[in-house]
Amino acid sequence: MPQQYLPVLLCIALAFGLGIVLLALSWFAGRQTGGEVKRSTYESGLPLLDHSRKRLSVVFFLVALDFVIFDVEAAFLYPWALVVREGGWPLLGAIGVFLAFLLAGFFYIWRKGGLEVRTGAADPGPTTP
Amino acid sequence: MAELLAPLLMIVPWVVAVLTAVVLMVWVERRMSALIQDRRGPNRLGPLGLFQAIADAAKFIFKESLTPAGADRPLYLLAPLLALLPALTTFVVIPFGPAIEVSERTLRMLVVDTDTGVMLFLALASLGVYSLVMAGYSSNNKYSLLGSLRAAAQMISYELALTLSVVAVLLPATSLNLAAVVDYQVSKQWLGFLPGWNVFPQALGFLVFLVASFAETNRLPFDLPEAESELVAGYHTEYSAMRFALFFMGEYMAMTTLSALGVTLYFGGWTLPGVDLAAVAATVAGWCGAPQLFGLPLASWLGPLFGFGVLMAKVALWLLFFVWVRWTFPRFRYDQLMRLGWKVLLPLALVNLVAIAMLTVGGVL
Repeated sequence: MPQQYLPVLLCIALAFGLGIVLLALSWFAGRQTGGEVKRSTYESGLPLLDHSRKRLSVVFFLVALDFVIFDVEAAFLYPWALVVREGGWPLLGAIGVFLAFLLAGFFYIWRKGGLEVRTGAADPGPTTP
Repeated sequence: MAELLAPLLMIVPWVVAVLTAVVLMVWVERRMSALIQDRRGPNRLGPLGLFQAIADAAKFIFKESLTPAGADRPLYLLAPLLALLPALTTFVVIPFGPAIEVSERTLRMLVVDTDTGVMLFLALASLGVYSLVMAGYSSNNKYSLLGSLRAAAQMISYELALTLSVVAVLLPATSLNLAAVVDYQVSKQWLGFLPGWNVFPQALGFLVFLVASFAETNRLPFDLPEAESELVAGYHTEYSAMRFALFFMGEYMAMTTLSALGVTLYFGGWTLPGVDLAAVAATVAGWCGAPQLFGLPLASWLGPLFGFGVLMAKVALWLLFFVWVRWTFPRFRYDQLMRLGWKVLLPLALVNLVAIAMLTVGGVL
């Protein structure tokens, strides 16, 4: 029944409402003086050394890719939780085959170094903004 | 009518509890850190400095809300709003009291009583990562961007281990509904004297869940996204006033709801071993002459109330543990963090899953 999820929508509305009220309260209660110096990008008091729109480590992309693969695996395990007793050993064997394939992929990624986050890897250094 | 009114009534205690937890945790965090570091902590405002949280809130309200130059304004403003979303929605699937009879129908005490249960919790909790990525990207600051990338990678990595440890709890209960998980724990008893809590047979899964929940809420020793020694303040470097406070509130609320999930999965949820809260409620209602309140017997109101109290007491202990760990352990290095998530926790969670599956099919659990 989709209507039983209505409270979730209500909670979402509540979360946004609470946030908007608090932000508005702070916006009107605080003194908004602004100014160029205050709006400048934070760099611990120094002139800006580096900008933020630059190339990023490919590691983050790899992690995201690995996550998608294994999260889909976890999603497939949820329906199994509902029939684990009826299915018994044959179903457990089937799940074992499924897991074995994924584990093979996991160890392949591991061996290839796809799970490594190297520190001090080639850093292009600061670029002029 | 009752179908619509009941969830509304059940949301109220949750919202009150989650917001109160934020206020209390601000104070507890500061006092307990002082205790651990042999300082006094805030002690000027009110008894034991209890009103410190109010002073902190007032300060957030009266500060200036700055938007940095070059910020992506819509995303920059949306990010703090989204920070509250997961924490204020995930509690809908957590049960908090004995079922009651309403107009000849059994009403279980959870806001959304559905077969998707835990799935819904995890889906809503995952939304938190959008807030961090938006904040980091839109601030136009390299510290924010690096912090949000770390946060995103960390949260999705540990979410895997968390998800797999949760599946292992669902196997013996054979349901995704957390009310069924609690019922399962009530029906069991380990070694003849231990309560039927899942923490005993699933100690390994519990360990994985605990470590992953620290990473999911960005708490020390996994607070790499806001590592102040290297990233200033991480993804919320460029946020000020209430905009910053919303991230802060979101973190404490997420801690509360995640603790509630942990308590429900591993420590029997709202139940107490050997105590039937419904019977206790009936006895207490009997002392008051068992009056009717808004068309329901008093016991039907007291039962959920007691259950909620027990659940929150357990959550409070769990939260104290969060604070204790934060002020005891140093921060991990980023590559150590990712290695722990992928190469230690994920295999451990899988081992636990297979072991629990075999015990379940073998009829031990």
